Amino acid sequence: MSASQLANREVVVDVVDLKKSFGDNEVLKGISGQIHRGEVICVIGPSGSGKSTLLRCLNLLEQPTGGNVFVEGVEVTDPDCDIDKVRADMGMVFQQFNLFPHLTVLENCTIGQMVVRKRSKSDAEAKARENLLRVGLADKEGAYPGQLSGGQQQRVAIARALSMDPELMLFDEPTSALDPELVGDVLSVMRKLASEGMTMFVVTHEMAFARDVADRVIFMDGGYIVEEGAPDQVIGNPQHQRTKTFLDRVLNPTKVGQIGAEDEAHAARHQSVPDADGDGDSRP
Amino acid sequence: MSTVTADRPARTGMSPRKRAQRMRMIQYVVLAAVLLVILFVADWPQIQKVFFRPDMIEATLKQGLPNALKNTIVYTIGAFVFGLVNGTILALMRLSSVAPYRWLSTIYIEFFRGLPAIVVLIAFGLLPLAFPGMLIPFDPYGTVWLALGLVASAYMAETIRAGIQAVPKGQIEAARSLGMPAGTATRKIVLPQAFRIVTPPLTNELILLVKDSSLAYILGLSGAAFELTKYGRDLANTNANLTPLVIAGFCYLLITLPLSIIVRRMEARQKKER
Repeated sequence: MSASQLANREVVVDVVDLKKSFGDNEVLKGISGQIHRGEVICVIGPSGSGKSTLLRCLNLLEQPTGGNVFVEGVEVTDPDCDIDKVRADMGMVFQQFNLFPHLTVLENCTIGQMVVRKRSKSDAEAKARENLLRVGLADKEGAYPGQLSGGQQQRVAIARALSMDPELMLFDEPTSALDPELVGDVLSVMRKLASEGMTMFVVTHEMAFARDVADRVIFMDGGYIVEEGAPDQVIGNPQHQRTKTFLDRVLNPTKVGQIGAEDEAHAARHQSVPDADGDGDSRP
Repeated sequence: MSTVTADRPARTGMSPRKRAQRMRMIQYVVLAAVLLVILFVADWPQIQKVFFRPDMIEATLKQGLPNALKNTIVYTIGAFVFGLVNGTILALMRLSSVAPYRWLSTIYIEFFRGLPAIVVLIAFGLLPLAFPGMLIPFDPYGTVWLALGLVASAYMAETIRAGIQAVPKGQIEAARSLGMPAGTATRKIVLPQAFRIVTPPLTNELILLVKDSSLAYILGLSGAAFELTKYGRDLANTNANLTPLVIAGFCYLLITLPLSIIVRRMEARQKKER
């Protein structure tokens, strides 16, 4: 999907000058941007760059310390906002899966529908089964999360979120806690979702996934958006030195002569340059 | 190898393994000696007459033992249920974001953990005298449930609080992300997991309550309300014989030992799951 196509699309999430501090530590230093309907955005960047915090600010799992977040036109940063209602429309997938261990796979996928959406048990189960089938785990509905592999648990977590019929899916490093051989199944489920037109905001370290699936890639570092654009542009032909350094390290992890470079990069991040390109904002 | 043996002082002449073997042997010999002495010195016919007199066994079983056993169980379960409900409320208060709730709960817990249960029982026994016209329902059962339950709830509150805090934060985040309000997330997601974690320690609390139910004697119970200890003690007093008390003791073990075994099983299973 090209940028001009996207510009005509409806805005699902609008973020304006978002800031977040933990004590004295400012993690987000003014983030602005939009998510359009049907768009797949991948956020990449070194650890500590604020990408997970940004994602968690969208559904208010973290309370922003400045700026505004609008979801479907509703300002979630407004203290009077009914955040539970907004959250029901935003699916969230966690790094650590966070399935409910005392419930079966099926119950994990029905409890939100029944409690929040007030669906009947049979309706909820039908919807849950449909989504378990989508993630390829129809045969596991009676199992408990503890009996599943990490990859299966994460696919159940995706089915749980999908069962709420969300307008938007948030993925917080969904494959980072998985053994390498289990990553593929989760990513292919996400690929399928993207091809079906789901709006997705994905924090990830999977560069191949970002390159193939994303409509737009955002590179974050030091609490700023350093670079964003089409994947070919950001990953294939990065313009900023920090993006180049990061991608070089991620794509060639075994390259020799790099010991210590990480420490330098870390130091550079923490004496960040707010407006590297001098155009009056933090964005490139 | 040869250097090691050469360095060691030659005078012991015994390998460590052999020395350990010798020590174990000595311990067995001492144990056997003590058992033999007891066997020969003890006055077995007298012991049997005092602790296990057949006609007393029969009399104890026939007169009111089933009723006393039933009462012990009723006192215990009532106090446990009341304590569990009260303890859960206290635990949630302890974790409340409203500071006065936290203070109240802390004061309550410290107060009732510091008092002997028997003092609370005596106090509740005297309440109807102190406040004329006041009636505790189901007396004396209600009095025991209330007094022992209040004390037990202080302990249970701390256990349940720990259980709630042991549920990973991601569970609440996942529940809230689905759009559940905080209260619903606590009821549907956190508490069921917390109670699973605290079932073994709460069962231990139940065992303690089985034994504490014997304190009910302080209320001056009527015959129909006797629990095991009071029943066994009265019978032992009238007959100047310990047999009824021994039987009462066996009845306690009949309740507590299976509970202990269940607790140990649950703990082993939880350890495996982790």
